[in-house]
Amino acid sequence: MTTQTTPDDSALTKNGLAPSGDGRVLLLACGALAREILDLKQRNGWDHMDLTCLPAILHVHPEKITDAVRDAVAKHRDAYATIYVVYADCGTGGLLQAACEELGVEMVPGPHCYAFFDGLAAFGNRDEVTAFYLTDFLVRQFDSFVWKPLGLDRHPDLRDMYFGNYETLVYLSQLDDPALVDLAQQHADRMGLAFEHRKSGYGDLETTLQGWAKR
Amino acid sequence: MSDEEDDIILSELNDEELVQQMFDDLYDGLKEEIEEGVNILLERKWEPYRILTEALVGGMTIVGADFRDGILFVPEVLLAANAMKGGMAILKPLLAETGAPRMGKMVIGTVKGDIHDIGKNLVSMMMEGAGFEVVDLGINNAVEAYMDAIKEEEPDILGMSALLTTTMPYMKVVIDTMVEMGIRDDYVVLVGGAPLNEEFGKAIGADAYCRDAAVAVETAKEFMSRKHNQLSA
Repeated sequence: MTTQTTPDDSALTKNGLAPSGDGRVLLLACGALAREILDLKQRNGWDHMDLTCLPAILHVHPEKITDAVRDAVAKHRDAYATIYVVYADCGTGGLLQAACEELGVEMVPGPHCYAFFDGLAAFGNRDEVTAFYLTDFLVRQFDSFVWKPLGLDRHPDLRDMYFGNYETLVYLSQLDDPALVDLAQQHADRMGLAFEHRKSGYGDLETTLQGWAKR
Repeated sequence: MSDEEDDIILSELNDEELVQQMFDDLYDGLKEEIEEGVNILLERKWEPYRILTEALVGGMTIVGADFRDGILFVPEVLLAANAMKGGMAILKPLLAETGAPRMGKMVIGTVKGDIHDIGKNLVSMMMEGAGFEVVDLGINNAVEAYMDAIKEEEPDILGMSALLTTTMPYMKVVIDTMVEMGIRDDYVVLVGGAPLNEEFGKAIGADAYCRDAAVAVETAKEFMSRKHNQLSA
Protein backbone atom coordinates (compact mmCIF):
# COMPACT_ATOMS: atom_id res chain seq x y z
CA MET A 1 0.00 0.00 0.00
CA THR A 2 1.22 3.50 -0.87
CA THR A 3 0.98 6.12 1.85
CA GLN A 4 0.08 9.54 0.51
CA THR A 5 2.02 12.40 1.98
CA THR A 6 0.57 15.88 2.05
CA PRO A 7 2.15 18.06 -0.61
CA ASP A 8 2.97 21.63 0.26
CA ASP A 9 0.25 24.25 0.02
CA SER A 10 1.66 25.71 -3.16
CA ALA A 11 1.40 22.36 -4.99
CA LEU A 12 -2.11 21.80 -3.62
CA THR A 13 -3.10 25.25 -4.77
CA LYS A 14 -1.84 24.91 -8.33
CA ASN A 15 -1.84 21.19 -9.07
CA GLY A 16 -3.95 19.41 -6.50
CA LEU A 17 -3.03 15.86 -5.55
CA ALA A 18 -2.82 12.70 -7.64
CA PRO A 19 -4.44 9.52 -6.26
CA SER A 20 -2.19 6.84 -4.80
CA GLY A 21 -4.01 4.13 -6.72
CA ASP A 22 -4.88 2.16 -3.57
CA GLY A 23 -8.41 1.55 -2.38
CA ARG A 24 -11.77 0.90 -4.00
CA VAL A 25 -13.30 4.21 -2.96
CA LEU A 26 -12.05 7.54 -4.27
CA LEU A 27 -12.48 10.80 -2.43
CA LEU A 28 -12.39 13.57 -5.03
CA ALA A 29 -11.69 16.69 -3.02
CA CYS A 30 -10.68 20.30 -3.12
CA GLY A 31 -6.93 20.74 -2.61
CA ALA A 32 -7.68 22.97 0.36
CA LEU A 33 -8.93 19.87 2.22
CA ALA A 34 -6.04 17.51 1.44
CA ARG A 35 -4.20 17.83 4.74
CA GLU A 36 -7.37 17.34 6.78
CA ILE A 37 -8.59 14.34 4.78
CA LEU A 38 -5.20 12.62 4.82
CA ASP A 39 -5.06 13.15 8.58
CA LEU A 40 -8.52 11.61 9.03
CA LYS A 41 -7.61 8.73 6.72
CA GLN A 42 -4.50 7.96 8.69
CA ARG A 43 -6.09 8.30 12.13
CA ASN A 44 -9.09 6.15 11.21
CA GLY A 45 -7.24 3.60 9.09
CA TRP A 46 -9.42 4.25 6.06
CA ASP A 47 -7.08 2.41 3.73
CA HIS A 48 -9.89 1.50 1.37
CA MET A 49 -10.37 5.19 0.57
CA ASP A 50 -7.97 6.87 -1.84
CA LEU A 51 -7.71 10.62 -2.19
CA THR A 52 -7.25 12.86 -5.19
CA CYS A 53 -7.55 16.63 -5.11
CA LEU A 54 -8.31 19.25 -7.69
CA PRO A 55 -6.24 22.44 -7.51
CA ALA A 56 -7.36 24.44 -4.51
CA ILE A 57 -7.20 27.67 -6.48
CA LEU A 58 -10.52 26.68 -8.08
CA HIS A 59 -11.92 28.18 -4.86
CA VAL A 60 -11.52 31.60 -6.46
CA HIS A 61 -12.94 30.41 -9.79
CA PRO A 62 -16.12 28.61 -8.69
CA GLU A 63 -17.48 28.76 -12.23
CA LYS A 64 -14.78 26.20 -13.16
CA ILE A 65 -15.41 23.73 -10.33
CA THR A 66 -18.35 21.82 -11.80
CA ASP A 67 -16.62 21.01 -15.09
CA ALA A 68 -13.40 20.12 -13.28
CA VAL A 69 -15.29 17.68 -11.06
CA ARG A 70 -17.11 16.21 -14.06
CA ASP A 71 -13.80 15.65 -15.85
CA ALA A 72 -12.19 14.10 -12.79
CA VAL A 73 -15.12 11.73 -12.19
CA ALA A 74 -14.93 10.64 -15.82
CA LYS A 75 -11.18 10.17 -15.57
CA HIS A 76 -11.24 8.02 -12.42
CA ARG A 77 -14.60 6.28 -12.70
CA ASP A 78 -13.30 2.99 -14.10
CA ALA A 79 -10.58 2.62 -11.47
CA TYR A 80 -12.84 2.82 -8.39
CA ALA A 81 -16.05 1.18 -7.20
CA THR A 82 -17.33 4.44 -5.71
CA ILE A 83 -16.39 8.09 -5.97
CA TYR A 84 -17.37 10.69 -3.37
CA VAL A 85 -17.02 14.39 -4.09
CA VAL A 86 -15.59 16.28 -1.12
CA TYR A 87 -16.84 19.67 -2.14
CA ALA A 88 -19.76 21.63 -0.79
CA ASP A 89 -21.63 23.92 -3.19
CA CYS A 90 -18.59 26.25 -3.09
CA GLY A 91 -20.20 29.06 -5.05
CA THR A 92 -21.42 26.92 -7.94
CA GLY A 93 -24.99 27.99 -7.36
CA GLY A 94 -26.33 24.44 -7.25
CA LEU A 95 -24.62 23.39 -10.49
CA LEU A 96 -22.21 21.05 -8.72
CA GLN A 97 -25.08 19.35 -6.89
CA ALA A 98 -26.95 18.92 -10.17
CA ALA A 99 -23.84 17.53 -11.86
CA CYS A 100 -23.21 15.08 -9.01
CA GLU A 101 -26.80 13.84 -9.19
CA GLU A 102 -26.43 13.36 -12.92
CA LEU A 103 -23.13 11.54 -12.45
CA GLY A 104 -24.56 9.41 -9.65
CA VAL A 105 -21.98 10.50 -7.09
CA GLU A 106 -22.53 11.91 -3.63
CA MET A 107 -21.10 15.22 -2.41
CA VAL A 108 -20.80 16.99 0.94
CA PRO A 109 -23.91 18.99 1.79
CA GLY A 110 -23.69 22.68 2.62
CA PRO A 111 -22.62 25.93 1.06
CA HIS A 112 -18.86 25.99 1.75
CA CYS A 113 -16.03 24.17 3.51
CA TYR A 114 -16.18 26.66 6.38
CA ALA A 115 -19.83 25.72 6.88
CA PHE A 116 -19.11 22.01 7.22
CA PHE A 117 -16.09 22.65 9.42
CA ASP A 118 -18.31 24.73 11.67
CA GLY A 119 -21.06 22.10 11.43
CA LEU A 120 -23.95 22.79 9.07
CA ALA A 121 -26.59 23.11 11.77
CA ALA A 122 -24.48 25.46 13.88
CA PHE A 123 -23.46 27.48 10.84
CA GLY A 124 -27.04 27.88 9.71
CA ASN A 125 -28.20 28.95 13.15
CA ARG A 126 -25.51 31.58 13.60
CA ASP A 127 -26.84 33.80 10.83
CA GLU A 128 -23.58 35.75 10.80
CA VAL A 129 -24.19 37.98 7.85
CA THR A 130 -21.17 40.20 8.44
CA ALA A 131 -18.60 37.45 9.13
CA PHE A 132 -15.74 36.62 6.76
CA TYR A 133 -14.52 33.05 7.34
CA LEU A 134 -11.09 31.53 7.06
CA THR A 135 -9.99 27.92 7.60
CA ASP A 136 -6.44 26.73 8.35
CA PHE A 137 -5.66 26.43 4.66
CA LEU A 138 -7.06 29.84 3.84
CA VAL A 139 -5.15 31.43 6.72
CA ARG A 140 -1.92 29.95 5.38
CA GLN A 141 -2.76 30.83 1.79
CA PHE A 142 -4.46 34.14 2.46
CA ASP A 143 -2.40 36.11 -0.04
CA SER A 144 -2.98 33.64 -2.86
CA PHE A 145 -6.69 33.17 -2.18
CA VAL A 146 -7.84 36.56 -0.92
CA TRP A 147 -5.40 39.44 -1.07
CA LYS A 148 -3.88 38.99 -4.53
CA PRO A 149 -6.99 37.82 -6.45
CA LEU A 150 -8.80 40.88 -5.16
CA GLY A 151 -5.92 43.06 -6.33
CA LEU A 152 -5.25 44.38 -2.85
CA ASP A 153 -1.50 43.85 -3.22
CA ARG A 154 -1.59 46.39 -6.04
CA HIS A 155 -4.52 48.54 -4.96
CA PRO A 156 -4.87 48.54 -1.17
CA ASP A 157 -7.28 51.45 -1.46
CA LEU A 158 -9.91 49.00 -2.72
CA ARG A 159 -10.02 47.29 0.68
CA ASP A 160 -13.15 48.97 1.96
CA MET A 161 -15.00 48.37 -1.29
CA TYR A 162 -14.52 44.66 -0.70
CA PHE A 163 -14.76 44.41 3.07
CA GLY A 164 -16.56 47.59 4.11
CA ASN A 165 -19.78 45.73 4.91
CA TYR A 166 -18.04 42.99 6.91
CA GLU A 167 -17.44 43.33 10.62
CA THR A 168 -15.55 40.26 11.80
CA LEU A 169 -13.03 37.80 10.48
CA VAL A 170 -13.92 34.42 11.99
CA TYR A 171 -11.08 31.93 11.96
CA LEU A 172 -12.45 28.38 12.13
CA SER A 173 -9.35 26.40 13.08
CA GLN A 174 -8.87 22.74 12.35
CA LEU A 175 -5.49 22.49 14.06
CA ASP A 176 -4.53 23.93 17.41
CA ASP A 177 -1.69 26.12 16.18
CA PRO A 178 -1.00 29.45 17.93
CA ALA A 179 1.11 30.63 14.98
CA LEU A 180 -1.89 30.28 12.67
CA VAL A 181 -4.07 32.16 15.15
CA ASP A 182 -1.54 35.01 15.13
CA LEU A 183 -1.45 34.97 11.37
CA ALA A 184 -5.25 35.04 11.14
CA GLN A 185 -5.30 37.98 13.53
CA GLN A 186 -2.87 39.79 11.22
CA HIS A 187 -5.16 39.11 8.26
CA ALA A 188 -8.08 40.58 10.20
CA ASP A 189 -6.02 43.68 10.92
CA ARG A 190 -5.14 44.06 7.26
CA MET A 191 -8.81 43.74 6.31
CA GLY A 192 -9.83 46.25 8.95
CA LEU A 193 -12.05 43.68 10.71
CA ALA A 194 -12.52 42.50 14.26
CA PHE A 195 -11.12 39.03 14.94
CA GLU A 196 -12.70 35.92 16.38
CA HIS A 197 -11.14 32.49 16.70
CA ARG A 198 -13.24 29.33 16.97
CA LYS A 199 -11.77 25.86 17.28
CA SER A 200 -14.02 23.97 14.90
CA GLY A 201 -11.86 20.92 14.33
CA TYR A 202 -13.02 18.89 11.35
CA GLY A 203 -16.72 19.32 12.10
CA ASP A 204 -19.08 17.72 9.61
CA LEU A 205 -16.19 16.80 7.32
CA GLU A 206 -15.24 14.07 9.78
CA THR A 207 -18.76 12.76 10.31
CA THR A 208 -19.49 12.79 6.57
CA LEU A 209 -16.32 10.86 5.77
CA GLN A 210 -16.99 8.44 8.64
CA GLY A 211 -20.38 7.71 7.13
CA TRP A 212 -18.88 7.10 3.71
CA ALA A 213 -16.06 4.97 5.14
CA LYS A 214 -18.53 2.57 6.77
CA ARG A 215 -20.45 1.78 3.59
CA MET B 1 3.02 55.11 -17.44
CA SER B 2 5.56 56.59 -19.85
CA ASP B 3 6.99 60.12 -19.65
CA GLU B 4 5.16 60.92 -22.83
CA GLU B 5 1.85 60.04 -21.22
CA ASP B 6 2.77 62.02 -18.11
CA ASP B 7 3.10 65.10 -20.29
CA ILE B 8 -0.45 64.95 -21.64
CA ILE B 9 -2.32 68.11 -20.79
CA LEU B 10 -5.99 67.30 -21.14
CA SER B 11 -7.08 70.86 -21.82
CA GLU B 12 -4.81 71.03 -24.86
CA LEU B 13 -6.46 68.05 -26.56
CA ASN B 14 -9.26 68.56 -29.04
CA ASP B 15 -12.62 67.00 -28.21
CA GLU B 16 -12.02 63.76 -30.03
CA GLU B 17 -8.56 63.30 -28.54
CA LEU B 18 -9.86 64.18 -25.10
CA VAL B 19 -12.63 61.59 -25.23
CA GLN B 20 -10.11 58.98 -26.39
CA GLN B 21 -7.82 59.98 -23.54
CA MET B 22 -10.73 59.69 -21.10
CA PHE B 23 -11.34 56.16 -22.36
CA ASP B 24 -7.70 55.39 -21.51
CA ASP B 25 -7.97 57.13 -18.13
CA LEU B 26 -11.15 55.24 -17.26
CA TYR B 27 -9.45 52.00 -18.27
CA ASP B 28 -6.57 52.89 -15.96
CA GLY B 29 -8.93 53.93 -13.15
CA LEU B 30 -7.66 57.52 -12.96
CA LYS B 31 -10.43 59.31 -11.11
CA GLU B 32 -8.90 62.79 -10.96
CA GLU B 33 -8.16 62.77 -14.68
CA ILE B 34 -11.73 61.72 -15.42
CA GLU B 35 -13.09 64.51 -13.25
CA GLU B 36 -10.81 66.96 -15.03
CA GLY B 37 -11.91 65.67 -18.44
CA VAL B 38 -15.58 66.02 -17.52
CA ASN B 39 -15.03 69.59 -16.36
CA ILE B 40 -13.16 70.48 -19.56
CA LEU B 41 -15.98 69.11 -21.72
CA LEU B 42 -18.52 71.04 -19.66
CA GLU B 43 -16.49 74.21 -20.20
CA ARG B 44 -16.59 73.42 -23.92
CA LYS B 45 -20.38 73.46 -23.66
CA TRP B 46 -20.92 69.74 -24.10
CA GLU B 47 -24.34 68.66 -22.82
CA PRO B 48 -23.95 66.62 -19.60
CA TYR B 49 -25.85 63.73 -21.18
CA ARG B 50 -23.43 63.69 -24.11
CA ILE B 51 -20.42 63.59 -21.77
CA LEU B 52 -22.03 60.79 -19.82
CA THR B 53 -22.85 58.63 -22.82
CA GLU B 54 -19.92 59.35 -25.12
CA ALA B 55 -17.03 59.73 -22.70
CA LEU B 56 -17.96 57.82 -19.56
CA VAL B 57 -20.32 55.07 -20.70
CA GLY B 58 -18.29 54.73 -23.88
CA GLY B 59 -15.16 54.14 -21.81
CA MET B 60 -16.86 51.77 -19.39
CA THR B 61 -18.21 49.76 -22.30
CA ILE B 62 -14.62 48.99 -23.29
CA VAL B 63 -13.83 48.07 -19.68
CA GLY B 64 -16.90 45.81 -19.53
CA ALA B 65 -15.99 44.08 -22.79
CA ASP B 66 -12.43 43.42 -21.65
CA PHE B 67 -13.72 42.11 -18.32
CA ARG B 68 -15.99 39.69 -20.14
CA ASP B 69 -13.12 38.60 -22.36
CA GLY B 70 -10.87 37.92 -19.39
CA ILE B 71 -8.47 40.75 -20.19
CA LEU B 72 -9.43 42.82 -17.15
CA PHE B 73 -10.33 41.51 -13.71
CA VAL B 74 -12.49 42.69 -10.84
CA PRO B 75 -9.90 45.04 -9.25
CA GLU B 76 -9.36 46.91 -12.50
CA VAL B 77 -13.10 47.15 -13.10
CA LEU B 78 -13.57 48.55 -9.62
CA LEU B 79 -10.91 51.19 -10.20
CA ALA B 80 -12.52 52.13 -13.50
CA ALA B 81 -15.92 52.28 -11.82
CA ASN B 82 -14.51 54.48 -9.12
CA ALA B 83 -13.16 56.84 -11.76
CA MET B 84 -16.51 56.89 -13.54
CA LYS B 85 -18.22 57.57 -10.23
CA GLY B 86 -16.08 60.70 -9.89
CA GLY B 87 -17.28 61.92 -13.27
CA MET B 88 -20.88 60.94 -12.53
CA ALA B 89 -20.85 62.94 -9.30
CA ILE B 90 -20.16 66.09 -11.33
CA LEU B 91 -22.73 65.27 -14.01
CA LYS B 92 -25.61 63.94 -11.93
CA PRO B 93 -27.01 67.29 -10.69
CA LEU B 94 -26.55 68.77 -14.15
CA LEU B 95 -28.36 65.87 -15.82
CA ALA B 96 -31.44 66.57 -13.73
CA GLU B 97 -31.29 70.29 -14.63
CA THR B 98 -30.84 69.73 -18.34
CA GLY B 99 -33.68 67.23 -18.75
CA ALA B 100 -31.65 64.26 -19.94
CA PRO B 101 -33.73 61.47 -21.48
CA ARG B 102 -35.06 58.93 -18.98
CA MET B 103 -35.08 55.29 -19.97
CA GLY B 104 -37.03 54.04 -16.97
CA LYS B 105 -36.79 53.52 -13.26
CA MET B 106 -35.22 50.69 -11.30
CA VAL B 107 -35.31 49.68 -7.65
CA ILE B 108 -32.32 47.52 -6.82
CA GLY B 109 -30.96 45.86 -3.69
CA THR B 110 -28.93 42.96 -2.35
CA VAL B 111 -31.16 40.32 -0.75
CA LYS B 112 -31.62 39.50 2.91
CA GLY B 113 -28.64 37.86 4.58
CA ASP B 114 -26.21 39.17 2.00
CA ILE B 115 -23.92 42.16 2.45
CA HIS B 116 -22.15 42.03 -0.90
CA ASP B 117 -22.72 45.07 -3.02
CA ILE B 118 -19.91 45.39 -5.53
CA GLY B 119 -21.88 43.90 -8.41
CA LYS B 120 -25.04 45.72 -7.43
CA ASN B 121 -23.20 49.03 -7.25
CA LEU B 122 -21.73 48.47 -10.70
CA VAL B 123 -25.17 47.71 -12.09
CA SER B 124 -26.61 50.81 -10.41
CA MET B 125 -23.91 53.00 -11.88
CA MET B 126 -24.16 51.59 -15.37
CA MET B 127 -27.96 51.80 -15.29
CA GLU B 128 -27.70 55.45 -14.30
CA GLY B 129 -25.19 55.93 -17.06
CA ALA B 130 -27.70 54.46 -19.50
CA GLY B 131 -30.33 56.97 -18.43
CA PHE B 132 -32.25 54.95 -15.84
CA GLU B 133 -33.30 56.43 -12.54
CA VAL B 134 -32.02 54.06 -9.89
CA VAL B 135 -33.25 53.71 -6.32
CA ASP B 136 -30.64 51.67 -4.49
CA LEU B 137 -31.89 49.91 -1.36
CA GLY B 138 -28.41 48.82 -0.32
CA ILE B 139 -27.66 45.46 1.26
CA ASN B 140 -29.48 42.83 3.34
CA ASN B 141 -33.02 43.61 2.16
CA ALA B 142 -35.99 41.68 3.47
CA VAL B 143 -39.01 41.17 1.24
CA GLU B 144 -40.81 44.01 3.05
CA ALA B 145 -38.11 46.47 2.01
CA TYR B 146 -38.54 45.53 -1.64
CA MET B 147 -42.34 45.68 -1.43
CA ASP B 148 -42.30 49.06 0.32
CA ALA B 149 -39.88 50.44 -2.24
CA ILE B 150 -41.78 49.31 -5.31
CA LYS B 151 -44.99 50.66 -3.83
CA GLU B 152 -43.41 54.00 -3.07
CA GLU B 153 -41.14 54.38 -6.10
CA GLU B 154 -43.31 52.73 -8.77
CA PRO B 155 -40.32 51.50 -10.78
CA ASP B 156 -40.39 49.69 -14.09
CA ILE B 157 -37.75 47.23 -12.97
CA LEU B 158 -36.88 45.43 -9.76
CA GLY B 159 -33.27 44.26 -9.54
CA MET B 160 -32.02 41.76 -6.98
CA SER B 161 -28.45 40.76 -6.30
CA ALA B 162 -26.83 37.96 -4.24
CA LEU B 163 -23.30 36.65 -3.97
CA LEU B 164 -23.93 33.66 -1.76
CA THR B 165 -25.41 30.28 -2.55
CA THR B 166 -27.19 30.53 0.78
CA THR B 167 -28.86 33.85 0.03
CA MET B 168 -29.77 33.56 -3.62
CA PRO B 169 -32.93 31.47 -2.92
CA TYR B 170 -34.32 34.52 -1.13
CA MET B 171 -34.96 36.06 -4.52
CA LYS B 172 -37.72 33.52 -4.96
CA VAL B 173 -39.28 34.61 -1.68
CA VAL B 174 -39.53 38.14 -3.06
CA ILE B 175 -40.92 37.03 -6.42
CA ASP B 176 -43.42 34.65 -4.78
CA THR B 177 -44.60 37.51 -2.57
CA MET B 178 -45.13 39.65 -5.66
CA VAL B 179 -47.15 36.83 -7.19
CA GLU B 180 -49.25 36.48 -4.03
CA MET B 181 -49.89 40.20 -4.04
CA GLY B 182 -50.91 40.05 -7.69
CA ILE B 183 -48.24 42.56 -8.72
CA ARG B 184 -45.61 40.28 -10.26
CA ASP B 185 -46.45 41.19 -13.84
CA ASP B 186 -46.38 44.91 -13.11
CA TYR B 187 -42.59 44.86 -12.96
CA VAL B 188 -39.64 43.49 -14.84
CA VAL B 189 -37.58 41.43 -12.39
CA LEU B 190 -33.88 41.15 -13.15
CA VAL B 191 -31.52 39.07 -11.00
CA GLY B 192 -27.76 38.75 -10.86
CA GLY B 193 -24.78 37.68 -8.79
CA ALA B 194 -21.80 35.36 -9.09
CA PRO B 195 -23.41 32.00 -8.16
CA LEU B 196 -26.55 32.59 -10.22
CA ASN B 197 -27.17 31.27 -13.69
CA GLU B 198 -29.78 31.31 -16.40
CA GLU B 199 -31.55 28.19 -15.10
CA PHE B 200 -31.83 29.62 -11.62
CA GLY B 201 -33.31 32.85 -12.96
CA LYS B 202 -35.96 30.88 -14.85
CA ALA B 203 -36.65 28.54 -11.93
CA ILE B 204 -37.45 31.35 -9.52
CA GLY B 205 -39.63 33.20 -12.01
CA ALA B 206 -37.40 36.18 -12.78
CA ASP B 207 -37.69 37.84 -16.17
CA ALA B 208 -33.98 37.55 -16.77
CA TYR B 209 -30.65 36.64 -15.24
CA CYS B 210 -27.95 39.21 -16.01
CA ARG B 211 -24.40 37.94 -15.81
CA ASP B 212 -22.80 41.37 -15.55
CA ALA B 213 -23.59 45.08 -15.44
CA ALA B 214 -23.41 45.54 -19.20
CA VAL B 215 -25.87 42.70 -19.76
CA ALA B 216 -28.14 44.18 -17.09
CA VAL B 217 -28.24 47.48 -18.96
CA GLU B 218 -28.91 45.85 -22.32
CA THR B 219 -31.60 43.60 -20.84
CA ALA B 220 -33.26 46.52 -19.08
CA LYS B 221 -33.26 48.56 -22.29
CA GLU B 222 -34.76 45.65 -24.20
CA PHE B 223 -37.59 45.23 -21.69
CA MET B 224 -38.28 48.96 -21.68
CA SER B 225 -38.39 48.97 -25.45
CA ARG B 226 -40.86 46.06 -25.43
CA LYS B 227 -42.97 47.87 -22.87
CA HIS B 228 -43.09 51.00 -25.00
CA ASN B 229 -43.99 48.97 -28.06
CA GLN B 230 -46.82 47.28 -26.16
CA LEU B 231 -48.12 50.62 -24.94
CA SER B 232 -48.07 52.13 -28.41
CA ALA B 233 -49.66 49.09 -30.06
